[in-house]
Amino acid sequence: MIRTRALSGGVHLDDRKISSGKPVEFAGIPPEIVLFMSQHTGAPAKPVVKAGDHVLAGQVVGEAQSFVSASVHASTSGTVKAVEDRYHPILAKPSTAVVIEPDGKGEIWEGVAPGSDDISTLSPEDIIKIARNAGLVGLGGAAFPTAVKLSPPKDKPIDVYLLNGAECEPYLTCDARLMVEEADEIVFGFTAMMKAVGAPRGIVCIEDNKPEAIMAMEKAISGKPGIELCVLKTRYPQGGEKQLIQVVLGREVPPPPGLPFDVGVVVSNVGTAYSLAKALRTGMPLVDRVVTVTGAVGSPSNFRVLLGTQVSFLIEKAGGYTGEPGKVIMGGPMMGVSLPRTDVPVLKGTTGIVVMTKDEVNLDKPLPCIRCGRCVDSCPLRLLPVWIAAYSDRGMYEEAEKYRALDCCECGVCAYRCPSRRPLVQSVRLAKQAIMEERRARAQKVSG
Amino acid sequence: MTERLVVSPSPHWKTDKTVSGLMLDVVVALMPAVLASVVFFGWRALTIILTSVSSAVISEAVYEKAVKREVTIKDYSAVITGILLAMNMPPGVPLWMPAIGSAFAIVVAKQIFGGLGYNFVNPALAGRAFLMAAWPLHMTRDWLAPGFFGGVDATSSATPLAVLKGAPGGTLPGIWDMLLGNRAGCLGETSVIAILMGGIYLIWKEVIDPRIPLGFIGTVFVLTWVFGKPGALFQGNAIYHILSGGLFLGAFFMATDYVTSPVTSKGRLLMGIGCGVITVLIRLWGGYPEGVSYSILLMNLVTPLIDRAMVPRYYGWKHEARKEKTL
Repeated sequence: MIRTRALSGGVHLDDRKISSGKPVEFAGIPPEIVLFMSQHTGAPAKPVVKAGDHVLAGQVVGEAQSFVSASVHASTSGTVKAVEDRYHPILAKPSTAVVIEPDGKGEIWEGVAPGSDDISTLSPEDIIKIARNAGLVGLGGAAFPTAVKLSPPKDKPIDVYLLNGAECEPYLTCDARLMVEEADEIVFGFTAMMKAVGAPRGIVCIEDNKPEAIMAMEKAISGKPGIELCVLKTRYPQGGEKQLIQVVLGREVPPPPGLPFDVGVVVSNVGTAYSLAKALRTGMPLVDRVVTVTGAVGSPSNFRVLLGTQVSFLIEKAGGYTGEPGKVIMGGPMMGVSLPRTDVPVLKGTTGIVVMTKDEVNLDKPLPCIRCGRCVDSCPLRLLPVWIAAYSDRGMYEEAEKYRALDCCECGVCAYRCPSRRPLVQSVRLAKQAIMEERRARAQKVSG
Repeated sequence: MTERLVVSPSPHWKTDKTVSGLMLDVVVALMPAVLASVVFFGWRALTIILTSVSSAVISEAVYEKAVKREVTIKDYSAVITGILLAMNMPPGVPLWMPAIGSAFAIVVAKQIFGGLGYNFVNPALAGRAFLMAAWPLHMTRDWLAPGFFGGVDATSSATPLAVLKGAPGGTLPGIWDMLLGNRAGCLGETSVIAILMGGIYLIWKEVIDPRIPLGFIGTVFVLTWVFGKPGALFQGNAIYHILSGGLFLGAFFMATDYVTSPVTSKGRLLMGIGCGVITVLIRLWGGYPEGVSYSILLMNLVTPLIDRAMVPRYYGWKHEARKEKTL
């Protein structure tokens, strides 16, 4: 057993994993598929199809344009209706998308060729190439291109690979279900990931509120050399990359631009490992993912969803709204994005859709800060949200930068615990944007 | 679908602990001490408390109406100020004193600076300091000997602290009377057990950080033990020192005031220790028998400095890199 360390700060949340007993079922082929070219961290892909083209499942519709980018593939067969700007739920503005009208046949592209069931026949470079060609990104939410993650700088040896099955956000159960149902495949993908980065040791990290997943994964890793299991006491935001590294290994990632590489660690989500396994075995790129549709819906569910399926379609599939909807959140209630409309598609990084009723939506007016220090006590990065937010609210962004606004991971614990209901995360975010803009402006001045 | 959806920044969940909820917890925690004051000093204690609370709440409402600000009496903070100021008064004071003191506390120490969250000293203590300066005789002579439910004689009686400081003719009450509150003193400060009950409740409900009261009381204990007896080290009457005066009341209910205490846990410990040091300085070598309220007021003033200095080691930052944080 690994001796874990206490998380700095954090909070114990009512986890509301009401869909944890629901097996993953296929949501079906929707009437329209919208594939954004920007579904990942990094440069958007470039569309390589045009209106009227017939495409097949697994066919490239958007090509990665740089190192930190990811290709986008048709998630089912059909006709390209348009390549146009659509409202992007995360960027909150119009963005280029390939719109496909499915033909309902789900025909697979001839370029999708079965790969290997034996990782020992693959070199690290092969694995990285497969991840790149599959358009694979981190499925835990941040959607960082997996091929980049699997290519750490040569001077930074990786000694531990953490497989993140913490799933600390309330409501979400997509990772838990995947671990219960596809433990062997996840471990297969994880083994390939470890090989790609040359990590001799792998640790599967799961919070103790998922006993079924723990049992399944424990069985799947038995007899696999170098892979251990680490059961964590449930606490938010333990599933954050930096927090997981601290809790499991006692290491701290240097402040931005520091990365887990710098302390010899790579962290990936269990869903990513599963999708890599699929790409390795069948050659099928990332065209679907598991999405938890939960909250105030008739039947909270875990769906296997074709990327590009609209949120409204999934809510219908899950039995529609119960009660008057107040908020529809893409992601979990702590870090998710509240959607202004539901005709937006599921992206690669969409872990769940959480519906809150009108009564559950908190509309309390913020009160003046009373400096109770709860935000300070609970910040997992040991920052001082109280001052960052206070300086940000007064437009004093340089001061906010001194208090390390840029280190903030926006986990939301500070704002959750604020008795004055101050939108602390929003204030910090504003400061971060202002600081980055200032830096860009300065860089331009220097180069110009 | 044409649903009307709320769009707001994450997180989409909020704790149900609000400012008024926290303040109400403090009011609840003060109830044992209120009860004890009535038990030992009679219904007169209750009239002082009610006068003080009414004056605080009315002043807050009137001032906020007058300057066209939202009336915030529902957050219970004025109620707390009212109770705390009453708790800091001798039981024999005339009723106009709590009325004036609370009005001063709310208007001058709190509202003029912008209301809850913007005051830089604890309003109740500022009110007490004002009364001490304006009517020192009432504030230091109107002691009553305790008796059960109004069985109070009107002769003034020396407080244990005055006795410790060498007041003529006084004797120290027994340790049980000190704990229960059967001794002379301010309304709410005499019953250590009642205050402790409230304090433990606040710690259990995670309303206050135990570092402040523990640092405060611990420091007073150690320092009075070491220096408490003139001419000899390590022979002071530390137990009596921590049990007497307003130490427990101040440590649990006034030094822990959010607005005027530091935000980091290290800062709060320093706040507690600082209060303890100043209290002992005043008690042993100063002109007054009691130093709790001035020590807290002084530490209130340096709280912004403590906040600047006590910055935690941020995640991922090496200890050596702290200086580069350009603070």
